[in-house]
Order: sequence, then structure tokens, then C-alpha cells
Amino acid sequence: MTTKRDISVTVNGEQHHSQVEPRMLLVHYLREVLDLTGTHIGCDTSQCGACTVMLNSESVKSCTVLAVQADGCEVTTIEGLAPEGSLHPIQEGFWEKHGLQCGFCTPGMIMASYNLLKNNPNPSEEEIRTALKGNICRCTGYQNIVKAVQYAAEHMQAAATQPVGAGE
Amino acid sequence: MGISAMLGSPIKRREDPRLITGQATYVDDIKIPGMLYMAVLRSPYGHARITSINTDAARQYPGVKAVYTAVDMKGAVGNVVVAVPLGKMGEGMGIHGPLAEGKVRFYGDPVAVVIADDRYTARDARDLIDIDYEPLPAAIDVEKAMQSDAPILYEEFGTNVPFGMHPPTDDIDKVFQQTQADGGVVVKARMVNQRVAPVAMETRGVVAEYRKANKTLTVWSSSQIPHLLRNILAALVGLPQHQVRVIVPEVGGGFGSKLNVYPEEMAAAFASMKLGHAVKWIEDRSENMVATIHGRDQVDYVEVAANKDGKITGLKIYGISDLGAYSQLFTDVIMIAFGFPVSCGSYDIPTIHISGDIVFTNKTPTDAYRGAGRPEATYIAERAIDLVAHELGKDPVDVRRINFIKPEQFPYKTAAGAVYDTGNYEGALDKALQIVNYESLRAEQKQKRAEGKLMGIGLSSYIEICGFGPKGTAPVGLYESARVRVEQSGTVMVYTGSSPHGQGEETTFAQIVAEEFGIPVENVLVMHGDTDSTPEGRGTYGSRTTAVGGSAVYNAVQRLKEKMTQIASHMLEASASDVTLEEGKFSVAGSPQKAVTFNEVAATANLSNTLAPGIEPGLETTVFFEPEACVFPFGTHICVVEIDKETGEAEITRFVAVDDCGRQLNPLLVQGQIHGGIAQGVGQAMWEQVVYSEDGQLLTGSLMDYAMPIAEELPTYELDHTITLTPVNPLGVKGVGEAGTIGSTPAVANAIADALGVAHVDMPFTPEKLWKIIQQQQQQQ
Repeated sequence: MTTKRDISVTVNGEQHHSQVEPRMLLVHYLREVLDLTGTHIGCDTSQCGACTVMLNSESVKSCTVLAVQADGCEVTTIEGLAPEGSLHPIQEGFWEKHGLQCGFCTPGMIMASYNLLKNNPNPSEEEIRTALKGNICRCTGYQNIVKAVQYAAEHMQAAATQPVGAGE
Repeated sequence: MGISAMLGSPIKRREDPRLITGQATYVDDIKIPGMLYMAVLRSPYGHARITSINTDAARQYPGVKAVYTAVDMKGAVGNVVVAVPLGKMGEGMGIHGPLAEGKVRFYGDPVAVVIADDRYTARDARDLIDIDYEPLPAAIDVEKAMQSDAPILYEEFGTNVPFGMHPPTDDIDKVFQQTQADGGVVVKARMVNQRVAPVAMETRGVVAEYRKANKTLTVWSSSQIPHLLRNILAALVGLPQHQVRVIVPEVGGGFGSKLNVYPEEMAAAFASMKLGHAVKWIEDRSENMVATIHGRDQVDYVEVAANKDGKITGLKIYGISDLGAYSQLFTDVIMIAFGFPVSCGSYDIPTIHISGDIVFTNKTPTDAYRGAGRPEATYIAERAIDLVAHELGKDPVDVRRINFIKPEQFPYKTAAGAVYDTGNYEGALDKALQIVNYESLRAEQKQKRAEGKLMGIGLSSYIEICGFGPKGTAPVGLYESARVRVEQSGTVMVYTGSSPHGQGEETTFAQIVAEEFGIPVENVLVMHGDTDSTPEGRGTYGSRTTAVGGSAVYNAVQRLKEKMTQIASHMLEASASDVTLEEGKFSVAGSPQKAVTFNEVAATANLSNTLAPGIEPGLETTVFFEPEACVFPFGTHICVVEIDKETGEAEITRFVAVDDCGRQLNPLLVQGQIHGGIAQGVGQAMWEQVVYSEDGQLLTGSLMDYAMPIAEELPTYELDHTITLTPVNPLGVKGVGEAGTIGSTPAVANAIADALGVAHVDMPFTPEKLWKIIQQQQQQQ
């Protein structure tokens, strides 16, 4: 047994103080300590992106970040992307354009799309496909995911929406 | 949207809100007080004898509750179930328990499990288990594994081949001789349909909770088959069926890989029964690459005879199916039962000869993977057509046309034994050719070739068999079921025996009900996956859910409609034969103002104490639907590729798919299935391949090494469809889950061969492989 470390992390706008093993992964901290199970684990090796979250305004794969590395940071997960009872335009886009089937990659795909649109509000199809190359979907063949991101880009430009848990 | 247009409308999915907000519950999201975690120790060798196991240190590790090996489970847990054990498998060959005993037969073979307070501790303790192995030579190459000097997996049987079928060849020999005598051709090729991994984004996982007080076992599993899992697991752990409940929560993809009762489900149930605590096991991705079934892995020797005009006179196939180390549920019958029957594809081939062997090797077991046997058979048929076209210098479109089964020939019994329901193969081909503008595409190709560029056009006019299954086609009835209840509020509850994993049946089944009752789709709720509340079902696989499960829903609704009409006629004081239901209203023929609403009838049926004599209160019925026959979707896919001569890199520049799955209940979801199917089929053609070293180490053991298709590499798909109804079920639907995968792979393969101007290239079409071919061609020039 290793000595536990104190960490303080702001997740979706809420501050949490926890004691964790130094080896605990951020994704396990989010899922098992904070019960935020919307962030998924798909590969353990940073290929699939199902665990993508925003860490201090940058997207990271939370399966390869340690919880202690998030000490003092702000994290936004899928649960914090839109205020309770509403949808972020990216979430709307995935629903409208049938951008998901089994839904397992979807939270990570949405967070990666969020990171893209934050940096490039009007991406081309090629730019969307490149930005999502670190997120694997086995169900959709990606075409409707591309459409979902395009839908979101259009609607975000019409009305800018900020996440509650700023994450940045 | 008019209610009557509900069926066939591209409405958004009703399951999505929970999935896009992170509120869905997958197995790993389940927490139960006192829950323990299981870790599995697996073989580091492809083939080895276990000489000793020492678990003392692991057992003593703080937080560890138990360590189990095969010895502990012997007698308490049965063997992994095989649906149809062929040949020597009937005598026990390839049959295995949850944990390896005496010998390990593939890299990843489970040997021991550790149960501990949390997942980190379980893994720490797993590393403390000490096992001595005596490594053995491994049988990896399937054709070498058939030879007499090969390492043998099951020594007592003296061979790795449990079953083969080798009918006499007299008829096909005569056809080949005659064809050649008439000036025709016989073309041969060896084709490898390489081993691939299903890689559902959610790995497998299970939570088993045994409550000692009332002796009940509840199992949450990421599975395609809740009822089969309940029935089989109950038998394997020795509990009566009513004491086992399986709940399949959200499932993150399956593609056939969750269509098995796996050792880990058995071990978790055993451990929970021993310890009286819930036990959770979640497969990690490296485990998933070895512990979940692989797909395909078939070598085929193909000979096709054709007249000078391209009309095929005979087809001869010898297939070798690589089973891996053990048989799972359908491992041994994938090639023989699901592939061979559709070997003729969409073509009128008068004589066909099929033979094959199934072979154990020191690799992960293979089993159903999206298409299961049909992609392999279709690959053979579609490549055979192009082999003939290549040999005769003909356009592959013309060779397809001359060989197609014609619309007036249906129902059509093929020489391979299947009876096709309906089809218009040329219709789908014509539409695809039109979309892709075939003639100008060929002109462009000619132009590019003149410029020294490699462009290829590949077609695939596939058919598939789905909607399993009719009476007598399987060891058990392959029906589906629906319990439908109209509540007093007018809400309709549908409990379906089918259990989805991304297909969207909460939406499509609700559309069937809404359409038939003329009520808003929002008033219909579809429940699935819990064996305690849903009637018996057989699972979601083989593109069967809408055709079989949807038909059960449809028939249940008809039954309730009849009863509601009777109740309405009593309320309206009219004869039931004069009462009709339209747009949610029961009205009397000739006087439409005399009407009661669907909701009023629902309330009356559930609340009234003055129902007509003979009318039972309530509105609920359970229907089972067993199809009379299989259904045969079809279509034409066209792929255009360009190959960079310098790097060997192939790029898909266009992909057109015209699919016919009969009636489309929700075109948005149909397109989604086709998109995903194409991505998987293209993935196999272009990138995916499970690779083992000669001694049985897996070289593609994570997503770092296994090449999954990504957004950047896949093309935009251009889709269209034709609609040919089937009389086999009341909805006229065929099935679409696997069509994209089955149709797309040969289209890519044909495009690559066309670009290179060669008869055949084996998949995957990696730059290295294509570059070498190009280099050879340039040296020969």
C-alpha cells in the first residue's frame, strides 16, 4: 500500500478534496471517486479517446493522466458541458445527425469536438476528420460525427454557449 | 409530422439523450455495496504445459478475498457451451472449462482469477501468482496445423482437425472439363480472409451478485444475448433458471463478439456464489484483444469455370476455417453453416462444389464477427466474378449482369442449398452505376493510366442471409418475442426479448407501435435486456432483430388492436366489423363523428367494470414470432481507389453503396448501420489484421498495434437504396446490420486488383504490400 496524497480538483465547477493513491488514473478518480461515469475507458493506451476530458482548457485523455497531476486544476467532463436540463450544441448535433449508435465513444468524441471548435470555430471537413483522429468509433463510420460537428459549428456561431464548469 | 407517416420516418433516436449527456449506465458504471473486483491471470505462452501453480503469496496479499484456479471450479462450473459440436468435438475436442487445466492453448488463455477489494489490489495480487510453464511448439499457421508433423493441441485426438467435409467431385470435374472443351476458362485463386478483431469500444464486463439468503444470482453483463446467457449460466453453475436474472444494461457495441457465454462470466458468478458478495470484472483493452473472440480467419481455394461470354458454369470452393484454440458458441459452424449456404452470392451458378476443414490452432478462438461467414462467402463470390472478368478481359459489370439471378426466378433455390426470398440485383447495380457515373469513371481511369497513375474501380453485388431463423435450422427455436401492454393512460409499454447494443430499437420498435395504433411515438416505451421483465428472446445478431423481434411487436399490436376494436364497438354501440382505427381514433364506418379515442378505449379496458360479456379486462399480450424462412438483403457497392506508386499507399476516393434491406422503418438508422458496416468492411480490406508470431505471441495486442479505422482515413459514403419487400415477415423488412460489412470488403479488394491490373491480392492492402507489387511490375517491364 502506498501513501495517499491530498489533491484538490475543480470538476465541472465544483471543488473536490480527496486522498488518492499516487498511481490512480484521473479517469478512475472521475469515475470511481466522484461517480462521474460519463467519461469512459476504451483502450488504456491513449488511442481511442473515450476518456477525453478538458483539463485547464486543453483536452486530455484521462486514462493516461494521473489524478495527482490534476491537483489544483479545473476539469470539465461530459456531465459539465451544458447546464442541467439543456444540451450543448455539440450534443444537439450528435443527436440531430445520428452521430452515435452504441454511445460508448460519444462523451469523448463530444469533448474532443469541443476542443476543436474552441480553437477552430469553423473547421472544414478535413480539419474535423484530422482533429478526431485520436477518437475511435466502431459504430458510425464517422460520417455522421463529421455532420454533427458541422451542425455544432453552425449553431455555436449563431449563439455562443459556455460550459458551466468553465474548465479553462 | 403526420402520425401515419411515422413508420419510415427518419426520426431522431429516443435513446440518445442519456448517451450524449454521460448519464447512460454501462456495466462498469454499476456499483453495489460490498462489491469485489476480479482480475484474470492469463497465459504468456501460445502453447505450454502448466507444471505448477502457486497462489500462496497472492492469497495472503492484503485486500485479497480469494484466488481460484481450474481445480477450484472443477465440478462446480460446467464447460463453455458449443451450439453444434462437429465431428470430434462431440467427443470433447476443443471443449473447455472457464480456466485452463494442465495446458494453456493460446496467448491469453485464462489460468487463474483473483478476487479483491478493489481493481488495483486485484491486479497487484495477480502479479504474485507463480506459475511454472513448459513451453511447447505452437500451431499458428492454419495450413501447417493440418499437417501430420504439426504441434497438436489435443494430443488424445492426434490431429488438429475435428471435422471436414469432402463430398465427391465428379459433377464439378465434368463441368470444368466441358467448359474447357467448349473454349471457356477455369480460373483459380487462393484467398486469405485474414483474422480481425471485433473491438467494440466498450470491452466486455460483468457484475455477478449472488444473494445467499434467497439463492438468487443477478448478472449484469455487456452481452448481446441476455436470455441465452441466463439459461446457459444457470445450467453451468447449477442453479434453477428462475434463480438467475440477467440484466443487460447499455452495451457499447458488440458486432458478434458479445454473443457468447464467456469464461469470465462463469468465473465471476462462481466467485460471487462462493463469497456472497457482488464481483465485478471489466476487461481491459489488452485483454479484449486476446480474451474476446476474433473474426474471419479463413483460407479458401477457389476455382471458377466460365464460358467465353463470362457465364459461370461451375464454382468449386475448398475452405479452411481457423478455429483458434477452443470452440466457443458458434466457432465451428461459422464457415459451414453461415458462409457456405450463400456461396453462389447473387449469381445463377448451376453447379457448385463445396468442401472444407475446420482446424484448431494456438490462437484466440474465432466466432461470429459482423457478417459471420457471409463476408467470407461473399468475398469469394465477388472475387470469383472479377477473376473471370480479368481472365476474359471483360468489364466486371457485364460479367455480373450475365450471371445475376433474375427477379422472375424468385424464390430461387441455389446450387448451394439456400432459398432466396426476393431480389432485384440488376436494379441495385444499375442505380449504383448511375450514381458513380460508371462510363465516365472508366474513361477517367483510362486517362489516368495513360498518365501512369494507378486508379481502380471495384464492384460488389452482394447478397446476405439473415433473419435467423426458421424451424429446424438451429438446435433451438430462433424466435423473438414481445409483450405489449396498453396502460390506462394510453401509454404503450413494449417488453421485447431482443436486446440492442446501439441499433436503436427503442426508436424503431416504438415507431412500429405508434404507426399501427396511430398514436404519438412519445407515448410508446420500449424496455429490453432484463430477463425478469422481458419475455424469452434469442438475442441481437445476424441482422435479425427487426425482421424477427420487430415482427413479434407488430403481431402483438395487431392482437391488441383487435381487442380494442371490440371494446370500442361496445362503447360506440356498433358492430365490431364496422369499427376501424385510424389516427388514434376508433370510429364507425359511415359516421366518422361517432368515435372514441385510443386513450378512451385504453382507459375503459383497464378501468371499466362494465365491459361487454366475454371481454377480459386489461390490454396486454405476449407474442412469439418464428419466421418461416430467412431473408436475403442485397445491394451493389462501388469503390474507387487511387494508389500512389511511390509509397504504395491506397486512397479510397469514392465509395457508393446502394443497399436493399426491404422496407426501411427509419432511414436515418438504416444509413447509420450502412455507414458503420462499410467502415468495418473497409477496415478489414485496408488496415486491420491480427498478427501472431510463430511461437504464438500476439503482436497486435493493443490499439497501438491493431489498426482501427479512423475518421481521417475513411471516405465519405454516397448512399442510396432500392426497396424489394419480402413476404417472409409482416413488416416486409430484411435486415441491415451486416450488409455494409459484407458488401464493402470485396468492393475494395476488386478496386485494388483493378488498379494494379492483377488477378488477386490478399488483404489488408497495406502500403508495403502494394509497393512491393508495384516494384515487381516495374522490374518486369
